[in-house]
Amino acid sequence: MANFTPISAAIGGALIGLSALLLLQLNGRIAGVTGIFAGLLDPAGSDRAWRATFIAGLIVAPLTAMLVGYAVPIPEIPVSFVTVAIAGALVGFGTRLSNGCTSGHGICGIARLSPRSLVATGVFMAAAIAVVAVTRHVIGG
Amino acid sequence: MRALASLACGFIFGWGLLISGMVMPTKVLGFLDILAIPSGGWDPSLAVVMAAALAVSGLGYLVLRPSTPLFDTQFHLPTQRAIDRPLFVGSVMFGAGWGLVGLCPGPAIENLATLSTPVIVFVVAMAVGMIAHDLWQARSPAPQSGALAPASAGDG
Repeated sequence: MANFTPISAAIGGALIGLSALLLLQLNGRIAGVTGIFAGLLDPAGSDRAWRATFIAGLIVAPLTAMLVGYAVPIPEIPVSFVTVAIAGALVGFGTRLSNGCTSGHGICGIARLSPRSLVATGVFMAAAIAVVAVTRHVIGG
Repeated sequence: MRALASLACGFIFGWGLLISGMVMPTKVLGFLDILAIPSGGWDPSLAVVMAAALAVSGLGYLVLRPSTPLFDTQFHLPTQRAIDRPLFVGSVMFGAGWGLVGLCPGPAIENLATLSTPVIVFVVAMAVGMIAHDLWQARSPAPQSGALAPASAGDG
């Protein structure tokens, strides 16, 4: 477990939990990135202001990190653009169909002990683990 | 006030993803790669991130029970309860895409700040996927007891 970083993971995770807690207590909203982002894409969408500022905060965070000299990693994505596009489309369609992603189901939903979210998280984790097993150990070998 | 509170929440969320390392697709894939457990190459960090996030938000949810949020007149909580086919199919699709690249919506959007070309491609494709889903739902009659919920009523 050479890459295991439990302390930074716990601090970062606590901040994510704090964000979800604050958004619920202050605005009464679920901090699910899929729902927040999709609401911005919907031409008939309402409540655009708070959605837009949440997304803005998400993007501004690493910019402020760069300003204070915190090393922001450049994402390594060593697959073709076709694969990236297919993956993006699957994530977009899938999260809308199941109404949530890692944040909405995985954190907010489970924190509220929603059976729907527990099932969704189990299923998307299993699917992701299966895909990585195939791409890394069957095809990638 | 709501927009400002939400800006702060997005900002804290972004720092959380950054500090935890979850903005790195390689780190996420390192968790999903459970076949690497025997060789010692597995990275359980994502489980710690989720546990810490759940501890803070779950405890807060249990302890703080106001009748209304501070800046709104009501809570906007998910209304859907059914564990149905769309939940399964959507989760499988999402998991497959997540496993292919190691990006889910939060880190993908946050990584736009790095101006990484593959990230931009991913986010555009993700937006297209979301819009395609919503157009498809609008065209077809609402499935399962007509419980077609708008984005704001979704789980997240």
